[in-house]
Formats: sequence, C-alpha cells, structure tokens
Amino acid sequence: MSDTLHIQHEVASHGHSGEPHVHHHKETFISKYIFSMDHKMIAKQFLVTGIIWAIIGGLFSVLFRLQLGFPDQNFPILETIFGRWAEGGKIKPEFYYALTTMHGTVLIFFVLTAGLSGTFANLLIPLQVGARDMASPFMNMLSYWFFFAGSIVMISSLFTQTGPAAGGWTVYPPLSALSQASQGSKSGMDLWIIAMTLFVASQLLGGLNYISTILNMRTKGMSMTRLPLTIWALLFTAILGVLSFPVLLSGLVLLMFDRHLGTSFYLSDIYIAGQALPNEGGSAILYQHLFWFLGHPEVYIIILPTMGLVSEILAINARKPIFGYMAMIASLMAICVLAFLVWAHHMFVTGLNPFLGSVFVLLTLLIAIPSAIKVFNWITTIWRGNLRFTPAMLFAIGFVSIFISGGLTGIWLGNSTIDIHLHDTMFVIAHFHIVMGVSAFFGMFAGIYHWYPKMFGRYMNNTLGYIHFWVTLASAYLIFWPMHYQGLAGMPRRYLDKSSWASFSQFHGLDAMISVVTIIAFSVQLMFVFNYFYSMYKGRRVRSQNPWDATTLEWTTPIHPGHGNWEGEIPEVHRWAYDYGKDGRDFIPQTEPIGENESEH
Amino acid sequence: MSTSIVSTQQHNKLHPHKFALWVAIASILMMFAGLTSAYVVKSNQTGWRSFVMPKIFWVSTVVIMVSSITMQMAVKAFKNRNMQQYRAMLGVTFVLGIAFVISQVFGFEALWENNVRFKGASGAGQFFWPITGLHALHVIGGVVALLIIFFRSVIGKTKTYNPVPVEVMSTYWHFVDGLWLYLMIFFLILG
Ligand code: HEM
Ligand SMILES: [Cu+2]
Repeated sequence: MSDTLHIQHEVASHGHSGEPHVHHHKETFISKYIFSMDHKMIAKQFLVTGIIWAIIGGLFSVLFRLQLGFPDQNFPILETIFGRWAEGGKIKPEFYYALTTMHGTVLIFFVLTAGLSGTFANLLIPLQVGARDMASPFMNMLSYWFFFAGSIVMISSLFTQTGPAAGGWTVYPPLSALSQASQGSKSGMDLWIIAMTLFVASQLLGGLNYISTILNMRTKGMSMTRLPLTIWALLFTAILGVLSFPVLLSGLVLLMFDRHLGTSFYLSDIYIAGQALPNEGGSAILYQHLFWFLGHPEVYIIILPTMGLVSEILAINARKPIFGYMAMIASLMAICVLAFLVWAHHMFVTGLNPFLGSVFVLLTLLIAIPSAIKVFNWITTIWRGNLRFTPAMLFAIGFVSIFISGGLTGIWLGNSTIDIHLHDTMFVIAHFHIVMGVSAFFGMFAGIYHWYPKMFGRYMNNTLGYIHFWVTLASAYLIFWPMHYQGLAGMPRRYLDKSSWASFSQFHGLDAMISVVTIIAFSVQLMFVFNYFYSMYKGRRVRSQNPWDATTLEWTTPIHPGHGNWEGEIPEVHRWAYDYGKDGRDFIPQTEPIGENESEH
Repeated sequence: MSTSIVSTQQHNKLHPHKFALWVAIASILMMFAGLTSAYVVKSNQTGWRSFVMPKIFWVSTVVIMVSSITMQMAVKAFKNRNMQQYRAMLGVTFVLGIAFVISQVFGFEALWENNVRFKGASGAGQFFWPITGLHALHVIGGVVALLIIFFRSVIGKTKTYNPVPVEVMSTYWHFVDGLWLYLMIFFLILG
C-alpha cells in the first residue's frame, strides 16, 4: 500500500541525536492540498466541503420558508433561482417536497455527519492520542474522496429534468420505489441512492480508521482512561456508524431491486393511476425497520462528537477538571448501546404490536438517563469555575441549554400514547431541530472557534463570534419554539399549503415571524463563513504553542505542524487530560510526570 | 513498509491494519444480518414462496472451502520464506476464487431456469438475489486483492518479509468463505 509514513523510521534511527526531524516529502500542490494523506489537511477538506453543503442546504430552507411564511405572496427571486419549479414566483408542491428532502439529507448526512465527524475525528484523533497520522492515511484519503463523489452525484440530481429525490430524507417506499408515483421518484431517486451508497462507503472507510487509530496507535502512557472525552465520543460515534450504516445499505439495495428489477420487497397490492401492479407480498414497513436501524443511531452519530467537543471546551474554559469523567464515558457507552435498541420509536403509528411498542417506549425513555447524567456533569463542571467567555465557550454553554430543551420534548415523543397525536406534526420538527440540528451546530461552532488556532495558526475574529452566538441563540429559540405549539395543534409536517384547515389560520402571523427570523439567522451564518475564510489570511496570529493553556497533546505540536505532527519523538503521557486547578497550579499538561508528592487525580 | 506506521511501543498490540479488517468484517456482517433477518421475519408471513437450492451450489461450497486451505498454505509458505510455494499457492487460491464465481453464475442460471426470478410476488427467491449477489461482489473484491498481492510478489520489490498484508488477505478470504457457508446453510434450512 502507498500509505506509508516514513517519519517513524527517522525517529527510530536517530531519535535522540537532537537533530530536528522536519519532514522532507517532495510535496506538490496536488499532494499537499488535493490528494493529501495528512489527516489535518483531510480534516480541512471535510470542513470546507461541509461549509459549502451547509450553505446550500440552509439556503433551501430559507427559500421554502419564504413560501411557508407568506403563502399568498409571489417571490420573483424564487423563479429566478428555480425556474419552472417556481413558475410565477411560487414554489410548486412537488418541488417543495423535493426541497425539504434535499434540505434534510444534506444537513443530516453531508453536513452534520461527514462535515462534523470528518473534520474533528481527522483533526483531533491523531493529535490527541499522540500518533503521526491515522492507521491508514490512504484509506483516510479515500474516505474523503468517496464523500466528495457522493456530493457530486447528489448535486447533479438538482439539475436533472425531473428534479431531485422527494419523499423526505427517509425516502419511504412505496412512494420512493415507484417512479410513476411522483417526479421525485424518478432519476432523482436513483441519484439519491447512488450518492448515499458512496456516502456510506466513505463513512465506513473513515470509521474503520478512527476506531483502529484510537485503539491501536496511542502514544506511550496514553491509557484509555487518560484519553480526552473528545476521543471517547469519536470512538463511540465511529462504532455506531460502522455497525449501522451497512444496514441502511442493505435497505437501499432492496429498494434499488424494487425500483428496477420488478421485485416486491417493499411493494404489495398497489393501484397506481387506476392500474394494478403485479407486486405482491412485500411490506413497506420492512424498509422502515432497515432505515431506522440506521436512522436512530444516526442521530447519535451526529450528537456524540459534539458532546465530546463540548466536554473538552467547558473544562478548559472553566479551568476545572471535567466533572465525573468515568460517568461521562459510561453514559456515552450507554447511549451507544441503547441507540441500537430504540429504532421502532419512529414507527409507533405503523401498526406496531402495542406490547412491542411498550418495550420500545421503555428503552427509549431509558436514554434520558445517560443524557441527563451528561447534562448534570457539564453544569457541575462550569459550576463555580473561572469562566473564560470565549466564543467557543459561549457556544458550548449554548449547546447545553439547547440540548436540554430538545431532550425534554424527546420524552414526550417517546411515550407512544402521546406520539400517536404528535407523530408527523411540526412538534417532531421542533424536537429534532432543537436537540439535533441546532445543538450539533452549536457544538460544531464551538469546536471550530476553539481549534481554529490549531488548524490555521490564527484566531477567528471574536467580535463577529459574539454577534454570531447571540443572534443564533435567539433565532434558534424564536424559530423552533413556536413550532411545538403548531404541532400540538395538529399541524402536519412536510405540507406546503395548509390553507384548507381553518384552524391553522391562527398561525399565519407566527409563520411569517419564523420566516423572517430564518432569514436573519441565515445571514448571520454567512457572516460566520466570512469570518472563517477572512481569518485564514487576516486573523490575529497565534504566538504561543498553547494558546488556551490546555493540557492535551495537540498543543504540544508546533504552531504549524507538518505531516507527522511532532518534530522530535512523540511525547509520552503521564496523566489524564483534566488536571486544571490542581495543587495551586492553573493546569498541568498531560506530558508532565506525576510529581513526588502528587497523587494522580 | 506498512509496519512503519507502528511505533516501537506499539509492537505488542494487534497491527492496526489487522484490527481495521476485523472492524470491517463486523460491518459487512451487519449488512448480511440486516438482509437475513428481514428474510426471517418475512418468511413467517403467509404467501411466502420457497425454492430449492440447485446442486451446483455444493460445488461452489467445496471450491471455496478448498481455496481457504490453499490460502492458509500460502501464508505458511510465506512465513517459511518459501516464496516459490507462496506464489504457487496464491495462484491456486486466485484460480479457485474465480472458479467459485463462475460456479455461482451457473447456479444463478439454474435458478433462473427454475423460474426463481426478480419479477412478481415476494418470496425466498427474491431475497436470494441481492444476498448472494452481494456475497459474490465481496468474493470478487477478494479475487482482485489476491491478484494485486500476487503481482507484487512477482515484481518482487518486497525484500522485507512483512507478513501483515498476507495475513490480512487470508483473514478476509476465510471470512468470505465462512460467510458463504452461513448463507448456504441458511438457504438450505430456510429456503
Ligand atoms: C431524551 C431523549 C430522546 C427521546 C426520548 C427521543 C424520542 C423521539 C421520538 C419518540 C421520536 C419520533 C417522533 C415521531 O416521529 O413521531 C423522535 C424523533 C426524532 N428525534 Fe428524538 N428523542 C430523544 C433525543 C434525541 C436526540 C439526542 C436526537 C439527536 C441528536 C434526536 C433526534 C431525533 C430526530 C432526527 C427525529 C425525527 C426523525 C424524523 O422523523 O425525521 N432525538 N425522537
Ligand atoms: Cu430516534
């Protein structure tokens, strides 16, 4: 294989000679920036691709919110952008469905899975466990390029004659299996499935690498219980992904068979346009089981990495050890296990056996326990700390607030009796946008502001960061809180036009308000993107190796680390990652041996 | 070559590439677990149509089991630094791999003749296609990998006797073999 790192040989052969071990690869523009095998460059590639996707996916929601907020109005700009799909400046119903589908798919998979895990797993795992690179840098590079290929296929579906896939990010059959059923089930659906297949391949290649790097390539002294929580969180994320994405793949393979080969895995007794189809004996519910066996773990694949990032950032900026380190690991593990056992809570209204349903209710509500433990520990970590309110810290605290708000509504939905009323309403939209969408974005922003100095050797602009935080926090609550009330009143999700229900006319003003705030929130994100790119070239330079006075290994590398990360030998680790405010010292790096009169934490 | 990513302190642990393979195997198993459990659930429903496995699949089974043995002999030869025999055994494994795929294709044709096809009502026959098709793809992937390490040993830049790539190869090969045995038994009992 070509995934060889030569540094180790150099270090082994003349490790103590005192020569600087700068890495002399012949690097061309292509090998450095495009087909790079350096985990730090791959992290940046994931992040930039994720940012581009977030702008596209976010813009879709702004545009369809325009229509939802002002149903009677025409917006010429919609016709300019979407052409015949928004003739006369009004979004067509089928196209609205396609837009929400793309919005969901793009943000859940391409931004909050690939963009988030791809960035921070790649950046932090080797740096924080003390490794030169991933177990297989070559597979790591492939992981990005599979993601990139999936992205191209997904984008291309926007430009087909019949438009992109529709039917929601879950693409349930029979709708998705029958191309005659809707525009969004034609070639757009094939491209969706192909793109997702490439995406799954990317996730598996990445996940294999993350797991084996964490378990096999830690530096001397870095026992599992000395790992920062970021690494624990990324480990469980990767395990979830590696075990659940293949099940989605099997569901999609069967879907492809039904679409093109005439099989009846998901189809039975269907009349379409007055014609009876020959399919018999299939079951659409089978797809839902296969989908949600991934779908539920997927939401934790999104949130676990941010839980890790937030734990780290809270401890560093409170100058206190993380509270309940072992409980944090145990609850991550509990979430990881339970995540595989609750998928049917998305299927309470499918005619699921009520007894089975009650088992899933129980297991679902159990997840609230480890979640609550984590929240408790975050709060006790910052309790009476010397808080440093950097933008990263604000976003981390905001994460905790938002995660609580969204978690509470999960408990509502987890009760099947309540869910029968709330399923497929705006209440579910509110629940998961708060607990997953906004929370994960907050965690990701916190991570970007915090590790930006490591990525680029410069800081992002703080003032813009503060504006970004406060406006985003306020808009998140303004946009999603009212949706709970709409859902409780029975307003369905995924509908463009609700004018035929007189009872929903009371929400006109509310919908308009939500749409206006959406536009504001989106522009503030564009400001963040500006800050991100501007600071790469014009940001304040980082002058010290360890700008946040943190204990972990990534801050023992040079300000601009080369491929291989450390110039000399990889440092040895002597203590856990959270010795803040210990024995009268502000912090003690992990590389410092335990003193004679010192007890390990 | 690829050992160089392992630093001195890590030598007592499992090589990361081997470990990664085990994780990959778990992942592939999840896909087949998804498919076969869907099959089991559906097979309890009324109107389920079953089918008979054509005899030729026994040939496939024997071929792939023998290829596992030759693969193991290749590993042993490699460890004894008997490169001549190593290449020979690798070659035999490669040929048996292709023979397996061809035998599968004959089996698929026999089934097609018996009217176990894609179209129409659901049943065991329909599940058979994606499950065995995906398995065949995994075997083909292994055959390609065999070809690559065969040529590498012929072109012979490998002066170092690093057994990791060969061991990774053999573990994967035994895995696709074991997976076929599982599927064969599965279809014999539940088909
Ligand atoms: C206290 C913990 C939680 C419980 C009890 C819970 C429960 C539920 C239930 C029962 C549903 C199905 C609602 C329906 O469709 O009728 C649901 C939907 C959802 N939940 Fe949660 N949830 C919890 C936390 C979370 C977390 C932490 C995330 C993500 C990070 C999340 C993401 C989602 C998503 C994405 C959906 C909607 C999927 C869709 O239909 O499109 N939930 N939740
Ligand atoms: Cu769920």
